[in-house]
Amino acid sequence: MKKLILVICLLITSHLSLGAGDIQLLKAPVNLEDKKSLQRGARNFVNYCLNCHSASYMRYNQLQLIGLSEETIKKDLLFTSDKIGNPMSISMDEVDAKKWFGAPPPNLTVTARSRGADWIYSYLRSFYRDPSREMGWNNAVYKNSAMPHILWELQGEQILDQKTNKLSLKVPGKLSTKDYNQFVGDITNYMVFMAEPNQQKRKQIGYYVLAFLLLLLVLAINLKKEYWKDIK
Amino acid sequence: MPNNKNETTGLIGWIDERFPLSSFIKNHLTEYYAPKNFNFWYFFGALALFVFVMQILTGIFLTMHYKPDAALAFASVEYIMRDVSFGWLIRYLHSTGASLFFVVIYLHMFKGLMYGSYKKPRELLWLFGVLIFLLLMAEAFFGYLLPWGQMSYWGAQVIVNLFATIPFIGPDLAEWVRGDYLVSDATLNRFFAFHVIALPLALAGLIFGHLIALHEVGSNNPDGVEIKAVKDKKTGIPLDGIPFHPYYTVKDLIGLSVFLIVFASIVFFAPEMGGYFLEHNNFVPANPLVTPDHIAPVWYFTPFYSILRAVPPILNSQFPGVAAMGLSVMIFFLVPWLDKSPVRSIRYKGLLYKKWLTAFVLSFFVLGYLGTVPSNIWGQFNSLLPLLGGGDVATFVARIFTAIYFSFFIFMPYYSKKDKTKKVPNRVTMP
Repeated sequence: MKKLILVICLLITSHLSLGAGDIQLLKAPVNLEDKKSLQRGARNFVNYCLNCHSASYMRYNQLQLIGLSEETIKKDLLFTSDKIGNPMSISMDEVDAKKWFGAPPPNLTVTARSRGADWIYSYLRSFYRDPSREMGWNNAVYKNSAMPHILWELQGEQILDQKTNKLSLKVPGKLSTKDYNQFVGDITNYMVFMAEPNQQKRKQIGYYVLAFLLLLLVLAINLKKEYWKDIK
Repeated sequence: MPNNKNETTGLIGWIDERFPLSSFIKNHLTEYYAPKNFNFWYFFGALALFVFVMQILTGIFLTMHYKPDAALAFASVEYIMRDVSFGWLIRYLHSTGASLFFVVIYLHMFKGLMYGSYKKPRELLWLFGVLIFLLLMAEAFFGYLLPWGQMSYWGAQVIVNLFATIPFIGPDLAEWVRGDYLVSDATLNRFFAFHVIALPLALAGLIFGHLIALHEVGSNNPDGVEIKAVKDKKTGIPLDGIPFHPYYTVKDLIGLSVFLIVFASIVFFAPEMGGYFLEHNNFVPANPLVTPDHIAPVWYFTPFYSILRAVPPILNSQFPGVAAMGLSVMIFFLVPWLDKSPVRSIRYKGLLYKKWLTAFVLSFFVLGYLGTVPSNIWGQFNSLLPLLGGGDVATFVARIFTAIYFSFFIFMPYYSKKDKTKKVPNRVTMP
């Protein structure tokens, strides 16, 4: 039993040490009101991330919360599953994944809550060429990360100046730097949404609740005054 | 002709002939006389009861959807957050409720310390309270394992390992508590059982006892005046007493409204409270193979955790730190007998007690803060310094404040006796 739990725990997680890294984190452009950005982010996420990383606490049909219709989700995003009510899981076996990458790619559903949006955004912008690594890539935010630069065709190749610890673009990619930053910014925005799909609703309800409670407070104060008139 | 002493008729009369309904309402609400001079600090007892009930209610609904299984627990919490209707609300109410329970209890205990609410004849009332506090800590600790995140897991690992430091029986005891060689599915299952039934049941019983004891001796008040000493000659009602209902029920409604505004602001706008109520690392599923860089308990345990870290090991044993941590909580039991002051309330105590209480509160906050951060947060002393050289500055500060924390209790018999007290009036004073 113990072994089984160990294996299970190993399978559903990955290397976690929160290495702070040397680089100051960049501010992620998170805006959950921007439905277009969230939709682009969802598309990018499904196309580029959801092959190795699962997001299995999230169901496809919850993408309706960012303004996508059931048809659009089915037609454009449903690659890993056939039913819209299914979770965003992947078919890659995690034991294989560990063999291939050294660590199984973590489930990304709530990563925005554990690492924070700025970390994800900075991480996706900070891959650089490092021939000493098995995959040929390293990351300035998360040293010796097991992940290769999946988006390298889009971003191009960065190199790290070991002295100044600064990244610079050596070989341009398909996207301009501005477009690439928006591309990963959209992914980050989407991951913040995915980490807590109900957060916008939560805030909306919150205003009504506070308004009600303020009213209750006014009533309570007056009620108390009325009752306590005769207490000297 | 009514057949009961309350002379009620109809349905209530029928019940009163068989069950002391009206008597109960009279004894504990409409004819329970509470001092009329309660201030802000007297909201927190009722609020604690409110939070307790809310934790039970939200807990029932969480239990309906949560899976106490190491392979399923983390995912089932996310299921509650996403797929259960308003599951996110129920979960945030419960997680925020846990933290605010401690806020309310700490303020409630501070009230007791300020106004001498533990002094004769309220010693037993205080003991019930400390016992409730103790079980509440256990309840929170067991509950924190259930989301099965990294902090849940490693927090439990650290705390259970504290038992392992006890000489001779320690390692076996820790294994017995865990039900395994490390925190595992077996541990999760038993913690679940403790969290959802054993401790809530015990807490309910103790809270009942706390209230019975309170109503037996009557409430203290900010003046520490015994209101039963001056009664109306005809009615026998204390002159400074007013019926709990309706006076304090309507007044507590104000306290409750303000409290709910704070509560709702957190639940709806900042449920993680910057990582203090829901720790960031707890959104990573538990992994027995990866120890987080920095294991911090939730904020309400940090003063005691600081004390644990501050006490240096003796003969390679961590037990002194564990014993100090245990003592830092248990010592509250002794307060009624440590305080030798002739007066109850801080209003009539001298400067000495005020200074000591301030130092104690300060140490509680400093230790609380230090418990949330790594002990190297303020760097090390210059290695050339004698004695301190090379040691962590924060650990040194924690040691100083640990000493202050314990001094508050240890020297209480001396300073409370020596303190210059003022004369206590016969009647309560209204603000």
